[in-house]
Amino acid sequence: MSNLSAPGASALGDGLFAVFSEFFSELRAAGVPVSTTEVLDATEALRHLPVTERETLKLGLGSALVKNEAHWRAYEALFDLYFSLRVATYGAASSGEGAGLPDAHWLGPQDASVPGTRDLSELAYQALLDGSTEAMALLARAAVARLAGIEPGRAVGPGYYAYRTLRRLDLDGLAERLAAVAGQAGGLEGALLANEYRRRLEQLRTAVDAEVRRHLVSERGARQLARTLRRPLPEDVDFMHLSREELAALQRAVQPLARKLAAHLARRRRRKQGRLDFRATARRSLATGGAPVEPVFRARRRSKPELWVLADISGSVAAFARFTLQLVYALSSQFSHTRAWAFIDGVDEVTELLRSAADMAEAVRQVNATAGVVWREGHSDYGHVLGDFVRGWGNELTPRTTVVVLGDARNNYHAVERWAMAEIARRARQVFWLNPEPRAYWDTGDSVLAHYGAFCAGVYECRNLRQLRRFVEQLA
Amino acid sequence: MASDLPRMKPFESPQALNEALRSVGYLADDGTAAVVFLAQRLQKPVLVEGPAGTGKTQLAKSVAEMTGARLVRLQCYEGLDESKSLYEWNYKKQLLRIQAEQVVRVDGSWEEIEEDIFSEPFLLARPLLEAIRAADPVVLLVDEVDRVEVETEALLLEVLSDYQVSVPEMGTVKARQIPLVFLTSNNTRELSEALKRRCLFLHMDYPSAQRERDIVLAKVPGIQTALADQVVRTVQLVRSLELKKPPSVSETIDWARALVVLGISGLDAEIAKETLNILLKHTLDIERAAKELGAATI
Repeated sequence: MSNLSAPGASALGDGLFAVFSEFFSELRAAGVPVSTTEVLDATEALRHLPVTERETLKLGLGSALVKNEAHWRAYEALFDLYFSLRVATYGAASSGEGAGLPDAHWLGPQDASVPGTRDLSELAYQALLDGSTEAMALLARAAVARLAGIEPGRAVGPGYYAYRTLRRLDLDGLAERLAAVAGQAGGLEGALLANEYRRRLEQLRTAVDAEVRRHLVSERGARQLARTLRRPLPEDVDFMHLSREELAALQRAVQPLARKLAAHLARRRRRKQGRLDFRATARRSLATGGAPVEPVFRARRRSKPELWVLADISGSVAAFARFTLQLVYALSSQFSHTRAWAFIDGVDEVTELLRSAADMAEAVRQVNATAGVVWREGHSDYGHVLGDFVRGWGNELTPRTTVVVLGDARNNYHAVERWAMAEIARRARQVFWLNPEPRAYWDTGDSVLAHYGAFCAGVYECRNLRQLRRFVEQLA
Repeated sequence: MASDLPRMKPFESPQALNEALRSVGYLADDGTAAVVFLAQRLQKPVLVEGPAGTGKTQLAKSVAEMTGARLVRLQCYEGLDESKSLYEWNYKKQLLRIQAEQVVRVDGSWEEIEEDIFSEPFLLARPLLEAIRAADPVVLLVDEVDRVEVETEALLLEVLSDYQVSVPEMGTVKARQIPLVFLTSNNTRELSEALKRRCLFLHMDYPSAQRERDIVLAKVPGIQTALADQVVRTVQLVRSLELKKPPSVSETIDWARALVVLGISGLDAEIAKETLNILLKHTLDIERAAKELGAATI
């Protein structure tokens, strides 16, 4: 890469360029797709950006390197490791309005005059009440220095130290006190305060995180720490192991996918334009002396495809089920001809439940509480479910219907009932199966995927967003 | 590129750019200013992505206003094609020209006529070609680029990377000056890698409370600071909920305006709930937000 970026390198100087070069390759190692063109653009951008202003630099450089909002976190974390955290700003600009905080002299752990843990916690409470960013940054710095107990050379992740710091600060206790304050204010003001305190607590957590990283960067080096911190990108996280935050991110990503899926299904192979409308063309040609200057085409007729989704929400795929319902929820809000069923060993239509639910959490609760998805014992029974489905709704399937089944096909050794799947496939336009299990586990143990897969237009592994995206794109 | 053409003045620094934007009433954050600054320096298009109503289109308009450049806008929609985005031959005029030939009997071979009817006067320039051919400084806005099909996206590539348009009958039309290009997307579908690679990427999210308050104060005449503050804080709370359609900045402004017109000087839960329908457009969202506005939970 270094020879490629030579023009920019001369402007940067060798030392700085080496750092950026390492930064670019770490970015790639983290999975962010950075092409050579983009590296060149970024190098070029460096010549124009004020290198001393970190935030501007971060945003400007990012605009050339990161083209997907979902990758921004990964980029930001790496950028901070390489460029922001290294800057020693200790003591500087701290004597300003630090919300009653004394000077930075008590930041060192050995000083006898430093406030104790309890005082620090009290200061944190004040900072959270005031919402002063500077105070919070200062406080995070002090808290990590005093409470994290960072032991050089000990091989633990930054998460451990951050956790220790926050526990010693008694963050949960602080949250309770803040909640009490908000509760006392009551009404609208109370709700607003609660929201802001929530945000500030998050801010403090982030600040402590960054501070711990700052310590570790100077000890271990950016590259080493980057490897420790490397997390899969949002699209590669297994649906089974989603954190709450990732789930929220997923939700945003699923929305456009659902729309795309709907659009693909709506499109039929056809001429780009409708047929020539001869009568209309002849009529219009009168205006130009009989020469057919502007041919008229018939408008294309839009097809109205239907999408039916059957989702397994049993325990074995519980985490996947949440995602599944999310997809279905997104689909049904995008696409009016979507119907959805949830099943475990019984099957029930949940279209209306999803449509009327205010949000995802509500929808999941509703489905679990009111849908008749348990028939006998609450363990998946695909055979019974598919049979029931055909009996209950089979005659509503039409050649316009696409059926998507989401599940692991783990049948708990119940009867397979191949006929039911055959019947669905015969009546519908096509059937797709999305399986949250790794391909290697298919048809092992009680998985009977092959029996059903035989009738499907496609069986896909769908464990993360990337695979889901591939499925949606393949339909095109 | 001829040097005697009027050129757009280069921006001095991101800060200067930000202040200039402020002077035309667009309150940008630092990231936006940095990216627009870079776009001009690197002569690259900016792809602005983000939820509806965060000021993506307005950014292009404001940059045009600020620099005194002409705004050329291409509104994308499903089914947009070459003849609507790049250029089209003026078929009728060509036909007339040929017929005139027959009537007047001017001496001329077919080659001459052909050369004649496939020349500039018979070309209908659509926004992309128009932006390229312009002699004056131009800001090209390709609005809602996520609405066109993937195949159509390819049309943009030549324009965006080389600032030229190939017209088979005439050859290549090169830009006489490099226009500043903005593409906006609501991210309803993933754009192609090829397109993204050619652009600088700017994600425009809802503004911070601070900035939104500045916007409300600037856009709503006669509003008290205290009310603006309450309005913005409430909107921030509403946005943190899981809604079908979170309120956009323009909806915040509408709400603030309505409150001013109603003569309300301070918000409480009741007033907020009664006027939520200005801020939110889905019944379910309104119910959801109304429930949340009276409850203090962390």
